[in-house]
Amino acid sequence: MTTETLSHHDAHDHHDAGGTKVFGFWVYLMSDLVIFGSLFATYAVLMKGTAGGPTGADIFELPFILVETFLLLFSSFTYGMAVLAMNAGRIGQIQAWLGITFLLGAAFVGMEIYEFQHLIHAGFGPDRSAFLSSFFTLVGTHGLHVTFGLIWILVMLVQLRTKGLNDVTRPRILCLSLFWHFLDIVWICVFSFVYLMGVL
Amino acid sequence: MSDSHSAHGSVKSYVMGLILSIILTVIPFSVVMSGAFSTMAMVAVIVVTATLQILVQLIMFMHMNTKSDEGWNFLSFVFTVTILVLVVGGSLWIMHHLHLNMMIG
Repeated sequence: MTTETLSHHDAHDHHDAGGTKVFGFWVYLMSDLVIFGSLFATYAVLMKGTAGGPTGADIFELPFILVETFLLLFSSFTYGMAVLAMNAGRIGQIQAWLGITFLLGAAFVGMEIYEFQHLIHAGFGPDRSAFLSSFFTLVGTHGLHVTFGLIWILVMLVQLRTKGLNDVTRPRILCLSLFWHFLDIVWICVFSFVYLMGVL
Repeated sequence: MSDSHSAHGSVKSYVMGLILSIILTVIPFSVVMSGAFSTMAMVAVIVVTATLQILVQLIMFMHMNTKSDEGWNFLSFVFTVTILVLVVGGSLWIMHHLHLNMMIG
């Protein structure tokens, strides 16, 4: 182990502890993607099984979904701003951007809960048909992920306050950024293949 | 740490990603809401814009590339997409044929 051989890999060695964590989290996200893939496959197979109940065209309201989509898209962007603030070491800015991201994400979850409640109240709950069972499972699993992301944001805000910005909190903020962007990507598939194709 | 992540995007790349994502969201929504096109055309627009938007966000928001972590990031993604194609495509294929053979509905 001479310094010559090390110097070449210096940058790598430095970020290895955090880098390995972030890579490990990436592998988790890939496995999570397989879960969503199976739920999408289930939905695609059961989509026509409406059992005399409503079809997607009857219950989906596209303007509502468009607002949800923009909330999540902008929250993905504001999280990106938080990561940039982290790279610049500006802890106040990180907290501000994380706060905005939380509000946008919370608004998204709120709209989804409203939609679900509305459907269940109209008698179109997950027990109505195979189509609705798979719809609630798929969209609900995504909503649950976003909810856990919101809890994680709150935890990071607390940790930024108590621990500050260091080698422990930085990888966590980066993992959460991957998680948050990942959820937006899953949502692209949800609004495209569930909602938009559902009303065709 | 800060060195290795300085390559992780800039305000410009995030804004570009946001603008492209907005465009790629508005196109399929307006096409479907106008209802002025054939079903096949609308399906094609939805699939193409969704794929493009996923790529935009993977590259500009998640900074996926073929080089970070000696390509393992990208390789695990390619592996996962392969599994997804098998699971989703295989399920649809099998269930479609089952459906035809059973003559349900």
